[in-house]
Amino acid sequence: MTAKLVWENLKHRPMRTLLSNLVIGVQVTLILTLVGLSHGMIDDATRRAQGVGADIVVRPPGTAAIGLSGAPLDQRIVDGFFAKQPHVQLAVGVENQQVESVFLGLTGVDLSKFSQMSGGLSYVAGGPFQGPNDVIVDDYYANQHHVRVGDRIRLLNSLWHVSGVFQGGKLAHIIVPLPTLQEKTSATGKISLVYLKLDDPANTDAVVKSLKERLPDYSILSMQDLTALYNVNNIPLLSGFIAVVIGVGVVIGFLVVSLSMYMAVLQRTREIGILKSLGASKGFILRIIWVEALALGLGGTLLGIVMSFGAWWLIDAFVPIPVEIVIPWWPIAGIITLAGASLGALYPGLRAAEHDPIEALAYE
Amino acid sequence: MSDARDIVEVRQLEKVYHVGKVDVPALRGVDLNVKAGEFLSIIGPSGSGKSTLFHIIGGLTPPTSGGVRVDGSDLAAMSDADRTRMRRRTVGFVFQKFNLLPNLTARDNIAVARHIAGMDRKPDPQFEEILRLLGIASRLDHKPNALSGGEQQRIAIARAIVNHPAILLADEPTGNLDTENSKAVLEILRDLNERLGQTVLMITHNPEAAAYGHHTVHMRDGRITERT
Repeated sequence: MTAKLVWENLKHRPMRTLLSNLVIGVQVTLILTLVGLSHGMIDDATRRAQGVGADIVVRPPGTAAIGLSGAPLDQRIVDGFFAKQPHVQLAVGVENQQVESVFLGLTGVDLSKFSQMSGGLSYVAGGPFQGPNDVIVDDYYANQHHVRVGDRIRLLNSLWHVSGVFQGGKLAHIIVPLPTLQEKTSATGKISLVYLKLDDPANTDAVVKSLKERLPDYSILSMQDLTALYNVNNIPLLSGFIAVVIGVGVVIGFLVVSLSMYMAVLQRTREIGILKSLGASKGFILRIIWVEALALGLGGTLLGIVMSFGAWWLIDAFVPIPVEIVIPWWPIAGIITLAGASLGALYPGLRAAEHDPIEALAYE
Repeated sequence: MSDARDIVEVRQLEKVYHVGKVDVPALRGVDLNVKAGEFLSIIGPSGSGKSTLFHIIGGLTPPTSGGVRVDGSDLAAMSDADRTRMRRRTVGFVFQKFNLLPNLTARDNIAVARHIAGMDRKPDPQFEEILRLLGIASRLDHKPNALSGGEQQRIAIARAIVNHPAILLADEPTGNLDTENSKAVLEILRDLNERLGQTVLMITHNPEAAAYGHHTVHMRDGRITERT
């Protein structure tokens, strides 16, 4: 009977129900989209790191294991030191630079050495660099930016000629010749990090240990350990940002439901009086308000999930950022919303439960 | 009926409402006995205290002083929660404005009273007979806005008696009805009293309506002035 009362109440004011669901849905979409973006970026970075084909990555002192820009390392260390270490078959230095936004970087690399390490890139169109100002992009970037072989694209305030489009999942979305990038970023002879390929992956731990002893200030990680670090908690500010958005979501859910239920209680004062005259307890009245708030929260969650597909489509179509639908977060977003809705129902529910039956029955 | 037990016993009942800093006495020492199975009309002008008496006997508000026993329970000693429990099965209300839940069908309006009282959703077979007596069996799946005033009041009566209360309290039950429907509702109340032995307390302004009861109590200025 509680469910029936709630359902009929929701049906009785469809516009209020729809608007409440919509506003709650927007905050659910916000949470799911943010989580989808973070997961998409992390999975994309993980895939590309795994596609490098290296066993170990070395970063200079004072840099985070996960980062995008900067070239503080002397390039001579690649051949002069790392290539000569036991079990190291190949050492490749790269320079990473951020372009467009924090979500998109490009990498300068010696393409022939990188091909030896990774097994080579698979080209969808065109091929490797033919000149110093050539650039190759992966199919993801090419689709997002409608870039074709032969086009000229502006990156880092310079025009680059697209010589090839390769199948994504290796190193970066955009790859340019290392010397050109070093020159354009005033980092001649400098690199961001070094990838090492070993004669046998089984030697990874031993080589990491040996390198750490010799270069105690450097960040030296197996690629397996590096990709394990690719999670929300290790991306600077991301976990905090998600927490803030979740907090905002709870507050929005709380405010929307609180306002909606407060209005509902005012509108239904007489009905509450009727229920009380029939012997409805304060708990019964509170339960009806609470279940109705939960129903609004649940409806908003479902609507938010549906709208998150729309957000996913929009981002995928118009913004060059990898985004995913993260199904495990559906119930989490639902719980967050229902928590906000429960809190929001508390004051209106208690107010309704405390109504004096005679005054409520006299309410016009 | 003269041998029947008193189902309502009111002794020196007083009720004072506090309006801002002003005390407004609504009842000033009311004594009243109602026998089980009696149909008692309470008549009086506005402000005479009859609705306050109705609310106290119905457990909607506590008395300021004095004693009230309904079906053996002392209302003056009851907490708010106790009075709430008492309303579920001991009293049934019929109001001037019908007071049906507008979002529910007539059937669900009746069912909600049973639900709150903790009883099965489906009324007993005797109640089906009552529905036929009330002439609303074919109107149960309509919402109040699709029912006439007379039909709404009959649904309200059905809801009030679905849990077989000890007393039925009717507050101006014909106040919003035309003559024909008023007559029908009053005859239903009398039928319920005569056929089922339902105790009925009815408040009214109308002497003709009051005449349907076995006895009439006259109230004025918070006191009972006459019993006929």
